Amino acid sequence: MGVNLLANMLEAVSMVLFGIGFGNLLLQKNLMKKIIGLNIMDSAVYLFLAEKGYIEGRAAPIVTDGVRSMEAYINPIPSGLVLTGIVVSVSVSALMLSLTIRLYRRYHTLDLDRISMIMKREE
Amino acid sequence: MDFIRNFPFISIVLTLFSGAVCSVLPGRAARWVNTAVITVSGVLSALVLRYVLITGECFVYMMGHFPAPWGNEIRAGVLEAAMALFFCIIMLLSMWGGRKKLVEEVEESRHNLYYVLVNLLLCSLLALVYTNDLFTAYVFVEINTIAACGLIMVRQIGRTLAAAARYMIMSLVGSGLLLIGLCMLYDLTGHLLMSNIQESVRGILADGTYAIPLVITIALMVVGLAIKSALFPFHAWLPDAYGYSTISSAAILSSLASKGYIFLLIKIIYRVIGFDVFNNTHIINVLFVFGLLAMIFGSLSAIKEGGIRRMIAFSSVAQVGYIYMGIGLGTEAGMIAAVYHIFAHAAGKALLFIAVIGLTDVSGFSRRFIDQTGAGYRNKIAGIGFTVGSLSMVGVPIFAGFISKILFAQAAIRNTGKLLPTMIVLAVSTILNAIYFMKTVIRIYTPSPDSKFTGIALKEEKLYALAIVLFVALNIALGMSSQPVVNAIQTGLTMFG
Repeated sequence: MGVNLLANMLEAVSMVLFGIGFGNLLLQKNLMKKIIGLNIMDSAVYLFLAEKGYIEGRAAPIVTDGVRSMEAYINPIPSGLVLTGIVVSVSVSALMLSLTIRLYRRYHTLDLDRISMIMKREE
Repeated sequence: MDFIRNFPFISIVLTLFSGAVCSVLPGRAARWVNTAVITVSGVLSALVLRYVLITGECFVYMMGHFPAPWGNEIRAGVLEAAMALFFCIIMLLSMWGGRKKLVEEVEESRHNLYYVLVNLLLCSLLALVYTNDLFTAYVFVEINTIAACGLIMVRQIGRTLAAAARYMIMSLVGSGLLLIGLCMLYDLTGHLLMSNIQESVRGILADGTYAIPLVITIALMVVGLAIKSALFPFHAWLPDAYGYSTISSAAILSSLASKGYIFLLIKIIYRVIGFDVFNNTHIINVLFVFGLLAMIFGSLSAIKEGGIRRMIAFSSVAQVGYIYMGIGLGTEAGMIAAVYHIFAHAAGKALLFIAVIGLTDVSGFSRRFIDQTGAGYRNKIAGIGFTVGSLSMVGVPIFAGFISKILFAQAAIRNTGKLLPTMIVLAVSTILNAIYFMKTVIRIYTPSPDSKFTGIALKEEKLYALAIVLFVALNIALGMSSQPVVNAIQTGLTMFG
């Protein structure tokens, strides 16, 4: 168990980070903290992917000095997935932030439960 | 003939680019582009459907120049093409039915943005339906989420903003789980294409090395998609999002956006994990139980609800429960029933949302039940539409909902372990459905001679009436000629395997 954990250190760290981010996104009341949780959660996935694509002792997959052997380079696909994931995460974060700004302007609070209370009172 | 193989790709790219084009067009032109694009995508999907029915086998379309294990692929079979065609039809009719309301509720300067979102939503739905690559599916799941959130918040009132925030949070939780699930699956199998993953999964199971991680991965993906499609108890965002957004959005979200995720889940079950592998995990029982709970609690919430639109929204929770119960039965018949119910619910629920706006508009824009008294006489076509939608949802013969209930019951008989709970819950849920839908139908056809509200003539809203008539025809067509549809679903599911 301990040996496995040590060998898969970065995977374990990324899962812990994912849990932290996930918990924050789900349980925090403050919208900003939720968005921070979302970003921690996504970063954990990128760490996981980067770790899975990396192979000890190999170079980044850019052909230099005419070396075209597959054995010389790390797996490029996870890096591509990370890039795609970052784009997705940036766009949803931007949308969430703009939504948060609108809600704050309207209700002057970032707490979703209080927003619901104010909404009920208004009706 | 072989040129038709390009059509799935063309329809996805066409909708994607038209989204970009609409952002610089004036509202009126954007509307024309939107209608044209939905129609063209529908026609292309119909041609693909005809092609795969004639050839009798699915085809794989290579994206770019890299063959199978590395490149990206599109795959079209009977079920994919039928689903794409159906999504286009429902979307077009929902846009027609809600057009007048959109003009009233959304500022003129934002109209083109609304059509951008609708085009992007259609694009993501088509991509989810056709793609053969898991990571592409994830990206389009997120595009679907963003477009759906935009559709909710385009009507800028407090309720919709809060509902959009709740929707985003729940959706992001779901897509986070889906993302980590498919990253782990990539880690386990080394592939992103669905067919390659399935081979590797079978290898893993034969070796018995990574059995537990595999189950966890499947659970993460299934739960992620279940959260995104608003399976009970993850439906808290749903009533406000469907109840207060502009009516086209509500119809599209309830009948299409959540169905895209469910279709992706069915695809993952068949094409990625393997139906038999999925059946041997306990996850299927979890889906079954939550499906049953959704059927009961969704209907109970709908009965308690005081507003007519939120009532229909809660009914969606129950109907999504039906679909998950069908998946949870774990037989092919159950899956056929679930897919049929995707069609039946989409046709019925979009009709209900479009019809209800006609009723509330002739009742002083009030959502309370008491004000709806006699609304069926004041807006005749909306009254007929609402009645047909209600009868279909309750499961009265000749309408689509009846067939799906029969299919569910027949599927349950073949699964002895789950027969009793399915039958009991099916019966209870039908009675509960009947209570709240029939209550409303009786209310709108109770004459109120001293009503202070004025009616509306049919010729004042021709497009709205046309949308309702076509929706009613669709519901009756699905109900009356169910056998070809069921056969097509069966062929499509066989092609999946």
